[in-house]
Amino acid sequence: MSQVITKGVLQTETVATEPIVATKKPLAVRIWKERWLYLFMLPGLLYFIIYKYVPMWGMLMAFKNYQPHLGLWASEWVGFRHFQRFFTEPEFGMLLKNTVIIAVLDLLIFFPVTIILALMLNEIRKSVYKRTIQTFVYVPHFLSWVVVVGIFYIIFGTEGGIINAILEKLGIGTIDFLTDPEWFRPMIVLQMVWKDAGWGTVIFLAALAGVDSNLYEAASMDGASRWRQLWHVTLPSIRSVIVILLILRLGNFLDLGFEQIFLMVNALNREVGEVFDTYVYRVGMQQGQFSYSAAVGLFKSAVAFVLVLGANWLAKKFGEEGVY
Amino acid sequence: MIESRSLGSKIFDIFNHTFLLLVGLVSLLPFVYIVVTSFSATSDLIPKSFTTEAYQYIFSADTFTKSLLVSIFVTLVGTFVQLALSCLMAYSLSHTQLPGRSFFLMMVLITMLFSGGMIPTYFVVQQTGLLNSLWALIIPNAISAFYLIILKNFFQSIPNELKESAKIDGAHELTVLFRIVLPLSLPALAAFGLFYAVGIWNQYFNAILYISDPALYPVQVILRQLIILSSGAIGDSTSIETIPYHGQAIQMAVIVVATLPIIILYPFLQKHFAKGVLLGSVKG
Repeated sequence: MSQVITKGVLQTETVATEPIVATKKPLAVRIWKERWLYLFMLPGLLYFIIYKYVPMWGMLMAFKNYQPHLGLWASEWVGFRHFQRFFTEPEFGMLLKNTVIIAVLDLLIFFPVTIILALMLNEIRKSVYKRTIQTFVYVPHFLSWVVVVGIFYIIFGTEGGIINAILEKLGIGTIDFLTDPEWFRPMIVLQMVWKDAGWGTVIFLAALAGVDSNLYEAASMDGASRWRQLWHVTLPSIRSVIVILLILRLGNFLDLGFEQIFLMVNALNREVGEVFDTYVYRVGMQQGQFSYSAAVGLFKSAVAFVLVLGANWLAKKFGEEGVY
Repeated sequence: MIESRSLGSKIFDIFNHTFLLLVGLVSLLPFVYIVVTSFSATSDLIPKSFTTEAYQYIFSADTFTKSLLVSIFVTLVGTFVQLALSCLMAYSLSHTQLPGRSFFLMMVLITMLFSGGMIPTYFVVQQTGLLNSLWALIIPNAISAFYLIILKNFFQSIPNELKESAKIDGAHELTVLFRIVLPLSLPALAAFGLFYAVGIWNQYFNAILYISDPALYPVQVILRQLIILSSGAIGDSTSIETIPYHGQAIQMAVIVVATLPIIILYPFLQKHFAKGVLLGSVKG
């Protein structure tokens, strides 16, 4: 109510002091009145236009033969030639397979681990203990991927690595965790879980804190054990949060842990480790095939987009809200 | 209710507490191990003697200290720039009466779904003259769309009456922002400042993408050369392989130093992110 009044006061003031402006379109008046706000917004808007929207426009180079000295416009159009080349490339199948396997492992292992961890933390009633454990499990999230991969290199290395030293003492012998293709995916998943599973509980714990405690009381009155309370009260209450996070994570499906994979891939495990993004970097930045690698990047974004739409459609079909 | 808990329930609690304690230790132990052995003179599993030799060595190396200075500079300047741009834009967008507001919001939201990808972005960075400059580590990620939206919600939750009454008293927008809105948003600002700082300090890929001059490498790039490639020479003439005692302590010492700011900031991070971020994002 008071808001309406103050706005009215301000407007009458404008009319009274600047009658010429008031005869113009009201929109122009309103815009002029907020000129300072537009000025504040300007640097941010320029940032979004230059560094976010211009690159989107620059994706056109995937349909051209981009020559840096000619610029985007003057370069010659080649239609879908780069895409055709990519789809017939023998590496296409390998890249698709590696990317999808890592992403699926992420959804099947990382995601459930996060939920289970959140549920277990939620069962602790002593808040000091709970907060201490939370503090511990959040820490790795703030380390950089270089540090995380570096720690793994030191601990799992064959020379002086503590894990291999223990394996040797047990008579198992050394395992080349970091270069053996067999071990690439387990290492990737282990790093993801170690770094981010704890942090991933934050949003679930916030959702769990919002569950009506009357529901638990009613359930225990009806004789529900803690397992049944978990199944019939807790899980249904956070189901929509789980679905939304799952869709959002699918949106990053093909972006997942690029820095991590980039750091873990080496000449020996390339056949299982190379994904779309590392390929884009290798072919585009290192070999200078800009248009071709931009086409690969565009294909990757298109797949990710279809996945989000698909996941959202499925979520709605199962009666959930979805993201949009 | 607690007294009447069944035996099964108690067993569950014991198992749950023990398991989570293990999870907590596993989260922390690898890093503790790195810290402890970085101070150890031998490469035994259990360190026996204490020495700071590894630290003396890395700080005597020019390459490392330079990269540390680069990282510190970029983090300080970058956090300020990012926070300033985010606050200004979020403040404007928090005005519901602003003409065109939903259009600008949509513009920001779209960037969360689509991106131009690595190669087109690289060319924009090149054309704006940022290649091989420290600004390449700051400007191309100057605003996080996600933080911007949360910050906007936070500003919006500040009662309008406060801002309006100040304006009636003749206060300028700038005054309202700096005297009323920002002081009331300190928890959120602290949280996002820390998140931005951690993000810049930790960034690695932007550095190798946009910077090719070794004198401008931030500490993460040096770290990778030293551990993962194991081929980078930290000093100007000596490589780590030629160091008489084991190079692993040096690698560990570099990890510790490269993580130190995060460890120092962490308690603050912990305190503020709960207040700032959760208030902004999970609105009741």
